[in-house]
Parts: sequence; C-alpha cells; structure tokens
Amino acid sequence: MAVSIVVRVILYILLAPIIGGLLEGLDRKIAARMQGRQGPPITQPFYDLYKLFNKQTIVVNSIQVLFIVAYLIFTIFTGSLFFGGGDLLLIVFSLSMSEVMLVLAAYSVNGPYSAMGAQRELLQMMCYEPMMLLLAIGFYVSQGSFMVNDLIRVSRPAVIALPGMLIGFAFVLIIKLRKSPFDLSTSHHAHQEMVKGLTTDISGRDMGLVELAEWYDTVMMMGFTGMFFVTANPLSYIGAVAACLAVFFLLILIDNTHPRVKAMRMFGLSWLVILVCAGTNLLILNLVK
Amino acid sequence: MKVSQSPWILHYDGSSCNGCDIEVLASMMPHFDVERFGVINTGNPKHADILLLTGSINAQTAPVVRQLYKQMPDPKVVMACGICACDGGIFKDCYNVMGGVDKFIPVDIYVPGCAVRPEALIEGVKKAIAILDEKKEKMKIAMKQGYCTVDYGRLAVHTTAEDYDAQVQSDAEPTEETEETAGEEKAQ
Ligand code: SF4
Repeated sequence: MAVSIVVRVILYILLAPIIGGLLEGLDRKIAARMQGRQGPPITQPFYDLYKLFNKQTIVVNSIQVLFIVAYLIFTIFTGSLFFGGGDLLLIVFSLSMSEVMLVLAAYSVNGPYSAMGAQRELLQMMCYEPMMLLLAIGFYVSQGSFMVNDLIRVSRPAVIALPGMLIGFAFVLIIKLRKSPFDLSTSHHAHQEMVKGLTTDISGRDMGLVELAEWYDTVMMMGFTGMFFVTANPLSYIGAVAACLAVFFLLILIDNTHPRVKAMRMFGLSWLVILVCAGTNLLILNLVK
Repeated sequence: MKVSQSPWILHYDGSSCNGCDIEVLASMMPHFDVERFGVINTGNPKHADILLLTGSINAQTAPVVRQLYKQMPDPKVVMACGICACDGGIFKDCYNVMGGVDKFIPVDIYVPGCAVRPEALIEGVKKAIAILDEKKEKMKIAMKQGYCTVDYGRLAVHTTAEDYDAQVQSDAEPTEETEETAGEEKAQ
C-alpha cells in the first residue's frame, strides 16, 4: 500500500511534465487547425521550455525567484497529494496556496502590469475556489469519504451522482487553466488589452519554471476530471482518459470561439453556473440521502 | 534542440505607414502561418527573442525602441523590416524622422521591401534564428571565460573586449546631447 503510493507519486512527478507538455502541444496544434493553419509541431512546448531555460533571466526583485520556486513546489506537492490518494480538502487548500505563491511573485516586482494581472488572478481564484470546495463536499456526501484513495475504489462512477458537479467543474476549468473567455490574468495570445499580466516581469528560467508548474497543474486538473469516472474496475480508467480528452477538446473549442470577457462578467457567470449546477446537485444529493 | 526552434517575436511599429505591419500580421495568418516554426507573437519584451521593427524611428519612438531592446533578455536579435526601418525610406526627409533603426540599436537582419513581403519576412525570421543560435553559443563561451556577458549601458552585446567599437553608431552611447546635435544637423 505504502509502496504503491510512493510509486504513484514518483510516476506523477516524472510523467506529468511530459503529458502536460504534450497536452499543450496538442492544444496549440488543434487550435491552429481550427483556424485553418498548419500549426507548430506537437513537441513545440518542449522546445519553448528548453529555450526559456537557456535564456538570460532578468530578476526584478530577488524574492520573486523564491515565490516562483515555491509555486512550482506547491503545485507538485498538490499533485502528489492527489495522485498519492490524499485528502481532497487538503488538496484544495494546497492548490490555493500554490496559486497565492504565483500571485505574490507577480506582486513582488511592483510593476503595473504584473500588479494588474495579480489582482485579476485573485478574482479568478475567487471564481473557481468555491467550486473546488463544493466538489470535495459533493464527493464526501455521495461516497462518504474525503480520501482520493477511497473515492477511486467505488462500485459506481461518481458522475452518476454528481453530473451537475462535473458541469460546474468543467466550467471553472476554463478559469483555472486560463482559457480564452476567462484568460484575464495572463494570456497565451497577443493583441489583448493586457497580454501577459501575471507573467509580465518573469523571464528566462523563471518563466520556464512557471510553464512547468502549469503543466503539472493541467495534469492534476485532468486527474480531477478523471476522478468522476474511475471505479474499482480497471477498465474504467480507459473511460476516464477518454472523458478527460473530451473535456480538454471542449476547452480548446471554447478557447478559440470566445473573446475575453470583463472580470465582473466572469464573476457573475461562474457563480451562477456553480450555484445552479453544483449547488442544485448537492441539494438533491442531500434530499435523496 | 536549438534555441532557434522557438523564436518569440516582439513587434514594434516605429512610425510606419502601417503597410509593413499589415504584412507582418499577414505572415501570422493561415496562408503563411509562421507559427509552424514555433514563432509566437508575444506582446512582452521580457519573453521575446526577436525584436521585429517596422517603420522609421522618430524622436518619440527612439527612447521606446531603446527601452524595448534593453528589456529583452539575451540572446536577442533585431530585425528591421521594410525599407523605412532599414534607413528611413520615403519618410527619410521628414522633419521628425531620425532615420533607420540602426541609428539607435544594433540591427542584425535587414529585410527590404515596401511593403515588406511575407515571404521575405519568413526568410528574415529564418536567418534571424540562425543568428540567435550563434549568439547563444557566443554567450556560453563568454560565460565560461568569466566575462560580464552583457553591457547594458552600451546597448550592445559584447562578448569580448575587442567587440566594442565606439565608431559603430549602435555601440556609441546615445546621450541627450548627441541626439540634440543630430536633430540640429537634420534641421539645417
Ligand atoms: S517600407 Fe513602405 S510599407 Fe513599410 S512602413 Fe515604410 S512606407 Fe510603409
């Protein structure tokens, strides 16, 4: 038991950057195809990462490096907790911790764009945090445990009891992964009213670390999505991977068809979706019990 | 793997007629699609590898261009796109135009044309990324030998002491005084 946890965590730490990088490459390729372009090779994110690690790193405020490294470590820590089968509540809180580190890194440089990006990131956090908490509660009410280890050993996939939660989670995933209608704090595309917000003053190696942390983050979020479909039956893992890919494709589609919205719009929209989908789901779950 | 596989571009318009800018954007569009080569049009100098300049430089954009160049981390390459950016072009004799980009920062690649054609731009980017690799190698060697790799005060990359040449315009430190004299010369 203990050994398998260690193996799973090591597998996550080693494989997540590869899977995350490939997912981002896939994202860029599919996005290009949607726009009728050929697009970069699928391994492009790895070239980018290599490039960033070979560039000069301009550090505006030395504390910035500390926060960025902390961001990476906390993200890996959160993911390890998740794939090691830890407590869902702890995972949700350490996830916010890692985000806070990134926000602090942006605040510490004292630049106007970074500060703007950091403020918006805080707003984004405010939009998806309630959903993450509701998710943990939903899993607890339906399956009777907060431990991921128990949640993946159930007889029925969680999505049967928590369809509203899945919709709400897929919605906040757009915010969490900073995809287009809600990419307020930082964006992968130029020609927006604010382009690189959060990461404006992060360059070279530090930027590489941020990218790496984002890949870990993406894989963990896909893990969350998969958790809705996984049961004690090993075959269910295939269904879970398929569901993850479907959600990921949906994210790319939305990313490419929606322009950025205002912060307050995002706020209203996300809380509405969370309340209607996840809230109702939780209510019904409680009534049925 | 080479640095050249992921050149991120920062596009700045010195004071062009917008013809070149439209061509730059056209090369990002489906027909030419420079993202095939990993090019990303970033809006941020601190993430950029290639500074792509269009249009001639005037008194107001000169400090901006200089600052953008300073903010870019090494290794970096400057591309002057369009005949205006190369030497002032048809706006050369305007009262406010101070000349091509190379009067202010060192230019590595000149891409001629009015407006510059997307094909030429792509050719330019390919050449620029070859230089990017070269500069990275230089940087590595210089770091091993223990030089201070970059001399920001002088706005140019000096990997060795012999590299620096005050006679070269881009190496000369631009001060307000020199700029004023340049302006006065122009007025006469
Ligand atoms: S080179 Fe021609 S098209 Fe380009 S900015 Fe100058 S005048 Fe305009």
